Amino acid sequence: MKPKLEVRDLSYSYHELTGETVALSNISFDVRDGEFFVIVGPSGCGKSTLLSLLCGLLEPEEGTILIDGIPRRESRAVIGYMLQRDHLLEWRTILSNVSLGLEIRNSHRRSPDARRGSFFAKRSAIPVSKEEQPHRPGDGSRDSLTAMLRAYGLEAFRDAHPSQLSGGMRQRAALIRTLALKPDILLLDEPFSALDYQTRLEVCDDISSIIKTQKKTAVLITHDLSEAISVADRILVLTSRPGRVRTILEIDFGPDAGRPLKRRNAPEFAAYFNQLWKELKCDETSL
Amino acid sequence: MKHPFDHTPAAAEKCFRGIRPGLGGSAGAARRNAGAGDLSQTASRCPSPRQLAYLEAEHRHRVQVRIIRAMILILFLALWELLSELGIIDSFIFSSPGRILACFLQMAADGSIFLHTGVTLLETLVSFLLTVVIAVAAAVLLWASRSLSEILEPYLVMLNSLPKSAMAPLLIVWLGNSIKTIIAAAVSVAVFGSILTLHTGFMQTDADKIRLITSLGGSRRDVLTKVLIPASVPLIISNMKVNVGLCLVGVIIGEFLSARAGLGYLIIYASQVFKMDLLVMSIVILCLVSTMLYQAISVLEKKAVR
Repeated sequence: MKPKLEVRDLSYSYHELTGETVALSNISFDVRDGEFFVIVGPSGCGKSTLLSLLCGLLEPEEGTILIDGIPRRESRAVIGYMLQRDHLLEWRTILSNVSLGLEIRNSHRRSPDARRGSFFAKRSAIPVSKEEQPHRPGDGSRDSLTAMLRAYGLEAFRDAHPSQLSGGMRQRAALIRTLALKPDILLLDEPFSALDYQTRLEVCDDISSIIKTQKKTAVLITHDLSEAISVADRILVLTSRPGRVRTILEIDFGPDAGRPLKRRNAPEFAAYFNQLWKELKCDETSL
Repeated sequence: MKHPFDHTPAAAEKCFRGIRPGLGGSAGAARRNAGAGDLSQTASRCPSPRQLAYLEAEHRHRVQVRIIRAMILILFLALWELLSELGIIDSFIFSSPGRILACFLQMAADGSIFLHTGVTLLETLVSFLLTVVIAVAAAVLLWASRSLSEILEPYLVMLNSLPKSAMAPLLIVWLGNSIKTIIAAAVSVAVFGSILTLHTGFMQTDADKIRLITSLGGSRRDVLTKVLIPASVPLIISNMKVNVGLCLVGVIIGEFLSARAGLGYLIIYASQVFKMDLLVMSIVILCLVSTMLYQAISVLEKKAVR
């Protein structure tokens, strides 16, 4: 089967007046359709740079990114991106927050010229797929948002403001905002790191289950090894700066140990943890 | 006056929203919302003796502040009146509350004071609105273009630190002895600082919020309308508070130099003909006008920031 996402020989450097920093060097990997792919690495190994490249916030200096075999720039695929913090906009209600992506997409549909040529219109990161039905405010998309809010236990908070929600609920609202655009690939940039430990376990469990039931292809970045093992189908280990692929680890808990909290209790968990730990340690001692 | 207990219905409502049932939320959710509810719950139930004592003390403190505040004003006016009555200070030079009041009543009777106050108020409002519109538009432009902002920065800094009163005589020559000069003077006093403040504020917009909009497929225009402007409402309003005062300064400078009406004109006229009652009265009205304008924006601020 053709991989959903192919990354070939990707390199990227940051340029400043004081010099150049190589963030990523020769990164290659594939992500299969419907797979939960996790990238771990020591801090400063270019994890976030990699996600920015994947979702088009940055353009690669070298190498290619293919989605369904088509270069990312030309691909119509929608990529959803979840940031470290939820970034719900305080002045909007929850419903209006989760519909932000649709709102932006609609405004671009209504005035397609706004995307090109004008002073403000930088190329948008997510190409709009023309096959989809046009969304108008108040049509089915709003109903499906309400259905999602109900499914994820936020219906009562539709008209609440973000400050009235707990950290976990806010993160779920952020997930709905991302899923509302029906992304082909979900990129998660340490989406749980800003939460306290207990909430973090719960939200991680919640969100990874949601993603798995929806059979979304997801790429998660984290520095938390237990978290990585508890959700991943495969784990990519990056070396410290400049980031290179150290190894890719298959994680298999058997068919009936899906949920992250359950995985944490499985006997294989400790073995995977030690293996991952060793890979990361190896990197440190080789420096 | 509002007693602390007046807040109870609102607090109870907030509390109700906090404990809405059937959310299926996590434990963290419940914990957090309970936190919001705690205060109001204690307030809506019968407060404990300690809480009552606290409210009582707080109430007493507020009353005290108000009384002393009023006393200072009354004592000051009484002393002033008394000293001039007794001839200890010369009321021809220092005026007196009674004479100021008489002057006001006389001008109120023929309506002239309302004309002068109205003119100053109108000029201030027009220049204030112009300043806000120009400053927001310019700050957005500077935000949108890094090159433009870097090119213009030293000029803006220079114009901002230039004492604008030095420009007023020039404006008279350019724009004539008219209301245009006054408004131009007022705008020039407020607008440059305002542009710089707003631009700095715009540049501090959370970079991740901009990434969010971009990741949702938005352009710079979306960043502007969905994040930058709404997030900057508090900044824009607090900047408006500064601007309204500065515009009033500009209007008075303008009226000093080129006007046939307005409080600034009255002040200059009164000093030239040595009518101290008129002069001091104009200043008192100016005090009231500036306080009123500031309060009006504070009301707007409360509405906008919720």
